[in-house]
Amino acid sequence: MSLDVVLFTAIASAIAFSALAVVFSRNIVRSALWLLFTLIGVSLLYFLLGAEFVGATQLIVYVGGTMVLVVFGVMLTAQQQFLKIRIRPQEWLVAGILASALFVLLVTTSFHLGEGKNSPPAEPMPGSGPLGVGFLTQYLLPFEIISVHLLVVLIGAAYLARAKRRPGGNRD
Amino acid sequence: MTELGLTPYLCLGAFLFCCGLLCIATKRNAIGILMGVELVLNAANVNFVACARYVPQFALEGQVFALLVIVLAAGEAAVALAIILNFYNNHSTVDVDKADELKG
Repeated sequence: MSLDVVLFTAIASAIAFSALAVVFSRNIVRSALWLLFTLIGVSLLYFLLGAEFVGATQLIVYVGGTMVLVVFGVMLTAQQQFLKIRIRPQEWLVAGILASALFVLLVTTSFHLGEGKNSPPAEPMPGSGPLGVGFLTQYLLPFEIISVHLLVVLIGAAYLARAKRRPGGNRD
Repeated sequence: MTELGLTPYLCLGAFLFCCGLLCIATKRNAIGILMGVELVLNAANVNFVACARYVPQFALEGQVFALLVIVLAAGEAAVALAIILNFYNNHSTVDVDKADELKG
């Protein structure tokens, strides 16, 4: 067994365990914490694959930004009665059957797709230099669209989440 | 198995996707559903980066699209949380089953 296989097995089982814990923990704060571990595990997986820039971006944007947003959302909305909302068993049954059927389908497809790709090619992944050049030449249009999109989204989010004044003058 | 192929990564991506789907389907807390969406997007990203590593023609494209997905996920989380906060301000709950005013 090579080092890659050992590392992949460790990271993948950590990711799978924490993803399951996100689904099955009743408490929404614990779900958020397990989601944090899942995201960190995925970024470790990117480092293992040799995509350092994507791994670093995942750590900075997801773990540093999106998770903080989610935790703030939990803090601003969670009160004791909403922390644990009960789910009926038949909903679990239907969702579980759907998800496991889809999982079997996807794994079958994965085995077809992965045929013949048993070892990674020798040349390393392009690093941040080729990525930056690519973003400013070949992928300039998606890059610009996504920058404007991000600006629009942030203005829209600030507009939606602003503190409103009621006609009486009381703030929400 | 002595060498690591593409298949284990794709299977992990499939597993993450199904976890996210299960999360979206079973949680009634709106923020829990948002977490499920994040899991689904991460599953797609794992597939993108794994294919970028194993298919030489996609070495750049896979990473570019993974980065775009990360940015889109951040924007989606911001808007969704703003909507959830607005809903919470109006209804004092985050239970998505209570959001049924648009039902016919």
